[in-house]
Amino acid sequence: MEQQKVLEVKNLKTHFFTKEGVSKAVDGVSFYLNKGETIGVVGESGCGKSMTSLSILNLIPSPPGKIVEGEILLHGKNIVGLPQEELRQIRGKKISMIFQEPMTSLNPVITVGEQIAETIRLHEKLPRKQAWDKAVEMLRIVGIPSPEKRAKQEPYQLSGGMRQRVMIAMALACSPDVLIADEPTTALDVTIQAQILEILKDLQQKMGMSIIFITHDLGVVSEMCDKVAVMYAGQVIEEGATEELFEQPLHPYTRGLIDSLPKLYEEQDELQTIEGSVPSPYKYPVGCRYADRCPFARDLCREAQPELIEMAKGRKVRCYQYSEKWNLQESGEL
Amino acid sequence: MSENVQAATLSQVRSQVKKKKRKELWQKIYSNKAALAGLIILSIYALMLIFGPLLSPYDPYEIDLQNKLQGPTLDHLMGTDDKGRDILSRILYGSYLTLGVGFSAVLFGGSVGILLGLVAGYYGGKIDSIISRLIDVMLAFPGILLALAIVSALGTSLINVTIAVGFFSIPMFARIVRGSTMEVKKLEYIDAVRTLGANNVIILFRHILPNILSPIIIQASMRLATAILSAAGLSFLGLGAQPPSPEWGAMLSAGRDFLFNAPHMALFPGIMISFLVLGLNLLGDGLRDALDPRMKA
Amino acid sequence: MAVFILKRLAQVIPVILGVTLVVFLIMQMVPGDSAVILAGEGASEQTIEDLRESLGLNKPIYVQYFDYIKGVVQGDFGNSLKNGKPVLEEISTRLPITFELAMYSIAITIILGLIAGIVSAIRPYSWLDMSFMVIALLGISLPSFWLGILLMYTFAINLGWLPVAGWESPMHIILPAITLGAGGAAIVARMTRSSMLEVVNQDFIRTAKAKGLKGYVIIFKHALRNAMIPVITVVGLQFGSLLGGTVLVESVFAVNGLGRMIVDAIRTRDLPVVQGGVLVASLIFVFVNLIVDILYRVFNKRIDLN
Repeated sequence: MEQQKVLEVKNLKTHFFTKEGVSKAVDGVSFYLNKGETIGVVGESGCGKSMTSLSILNLIPSPPGKIVEGEILLHGKNIVGLPQEELRQIRGKKISMIFQEPMTSLNPVITVGEQIAETIRLHEKLPRKQAWDKAVEMLRIVGIPSPEKRAKQEPYQLSGGMRQRVMIAMALACSPDVLIADEPTTALDVTIQAQILEILKDLQQKMGMSIIFITHDLGVVSEMCDKVAVMYAGQVIEEGATEELFEQPLHPYTRGLIDSLPKLYEEQDELQTIEGSVPSPYKYPVGCRYADRCPFARDLCREAQPELIEMAKGRKVRCYQYSEKWNLQESGEL
Repeated sequence: MSENVQAATLSQVRSQVKKKKRKELWQKIYSNKAALAGLIILSIYALMLIFGPLLSPYDPYEIDLQNKLQGPTLDHLMGTDDKGRDILSRILYGSYLTLGVGFSAVLFGGSVGILLGLVAGYYGGKIDSIISRLIDVMLAFPGILLALAIVSALGTSLINVTIAVGFFSIPMFARIVRGSTMEVKKLEYIDAVRTLGANNVIILFRHILPNILSPIIIQASMRLATAILSAAGLSFLGLGAQPPSPEWGAMLSAGRDFLFNAPHMALFPGIMISFLVLGLNLLGDGLRDALDPRMKA
Repeated sequence: MAVFILKRLAQVIPVILGVTLVVFLIMQMVPGDSAVILAGEGASEQTIEDLRESLGLNKPIYVQYFDYIKGVVQGDFGNSLKNGKPVLEEISTRLPITFELAMYSIAITIILGLIAGIVSAIRPYSWLDMSFMVIALLGISLPSFWLGILLMYTFAINLGWLPVAGWESPMHIILPAITLGAGGAAIVARMTRSSMLEVVNQDFIRTAKAKGLKGYVIIFKHALRNAMIPVITVVGLQFGSLLGGTVLVESVFAVNGLGRMIVDAIRTRDLPVVQGGVLVASLIFVFVNLIVDILYRVFNKRIDLN
């Protein structure tokens, strides 16, 4: 059966034009997503993963932010540069988003039922009563007890986990094709985190949507995602099916990330960490952006940027170690 | 020994931080065009205050009934009043009255208010509740009515207006200083100073007060504007400066009776008050943006 | 909610007592003997003594204060020194006028302030925003009495569109109400603008955009409701300066309201009238603040969390 690409991001560049200079927060990101698939976008804070997700719905603060290059194809149709009105009809209907902070992402003075119902009224053109009933139904689906009562409450009356469930209900109310989840469980404690992930997985199976899962938590990725894109300094530096990527990480950075995970069954004296810090998005180095932190870096790495090399189908890495040049230089030197 | 070293480093670090902060403040004021405009306006008034008597072309009190109620001419740039006195000279002479009343009132109200706020915020408990109730009561009087009541008791004079307007500024200062003191009190730095053996008075005036200067300065510049408006208002009502005093509010009040044939009599004192208050507000806004990121609009 | 209102009412009582005490004490600061003033020039020693007796002026000061409170509670604010009529009678003829003026002014404050603030916040740093904010800055800098005179000169004397002074027809209300409301409108506009700009950057506005809501729904439903919370407090405080401002504006436009009554009474040293006027105005302000607090609570339920 031929897989259909629901969403494809091609060479996306989102830059911020500030007084201090141009910040290249997203600098040539590409990935695609099949129907019903979940992709994990992983990286440290500031690597551009959130800005990538905000760029898809064009929600980047503008000015100073701007998509300067690239395409975002929804069912094959480019949505970059669409007029506001057309983009507005995609938001919340075709592509929905849930955010990291359930505490601040809901409007504090509007009942949660109304916050869900207004989306339904807008996109599905349902009358007030039916939209409200559907909002209550959505709350029930995401596992909120006595949803009729909860719908009439304001966010401050709900716990953090409840609010994130409300966010999910709101995002899924119009059965979107793509759900972007931007660190949806980071602000929650572990047991609630597990429940929220469970709900997401369950609803994905029922509704068949695709998910872009933005996170810095590799543990969550291994549980949720079919494939992973690792981001560093505004670029994708490794991509692959989740299992493969965890079993055999190719990029030194990915290896570092996986090594820095606390391991449950192995004895460890201390957690591994990656030395050094991420380069400033205002001034990236000429060569590989990871070179300064990389234990394997050579002159070659500092001279020019490595390309994203396709090792096998769907398996990509941006590192000279896997290029022919690497071996050439090695033999030349020896 | 090590305590001395600690204290010395502490004060060294503090003075460095202070210098850096001052430099940043000036840069911010300079980059903030509104604040700069305010500063320029206020400098003009300061020059007027100092050189006013030298610059004024006529005796501000000299009556010349033959030339009364003249509009602006080359001889009298702002015209003459109902007694033929030169309005420009009167405005130049009057600057020290209007500015003086405003400054003295804020100085008086500010000192009392700061003291009350420091004590309430630092000691807390019963003292705090008493002072806080007092502030509540003083703030329960609408606008200038408290000042008005005080003037009515003390009698009408410019000095009494100064006292009344100063009194009316106390609660604003007290409330802001109380809040800031309570915040600063919690800082570890204050604990450190206390373990080093500083007593309460030293902590209050040497360590807490310098740390809460920003809100005080912002409040002072805003209150100065209000104080000048209130004092001029009271004089306008005939409760402050009395004729023939060239206080601007009183001049404006006198001009009101000649609106039909000599509107310039009311126009110029009004312009002078307005620009002064505008300058203070511009500077106050700018200071707020520069000093207090939380209050930034 | 009921508990909150009761609690606030309980807090208001000491403030009211404090206000009466301050008003009472200020009047005690008056140099000279009220009995002598009241008896008038050339009164005999015996008359003064009798007066002192009947006014209770020879009692200890705290007894005098309790007598004063007792009187106030029963609506007895004393009698005018000028015409001997009860102060309350004078107040009750003046208060409706000031009340009417205050209502029109606060309406101007709220309507003009909100419109200018919202328009400015929708297009920040546009020429429209800049001009509104310059006007607002002028609005808080112009002394109300001078603005009143300027308006009077322009629209009444020069153009002749409106009456110069007095309080007879709806036309008479326009200039004083604008004069009194302008400063508040400027403050409300600045506050609304900055509050809106702050709210617009909050996460829940991003959520609203991500849902695909229309621009005006985001502004009027999601942003404005939140932005109104601090504005309510400002409007409440503005009502105080507005009440105080009636003193000046009523004098400029010769409106026979409470404010002008107080000023005239100060000029003629009719202290019971001053006392009564200041007390009534302050009590109204305390009451308005109470309502504002309750409204604030209704709009901002989040303070339950703290």
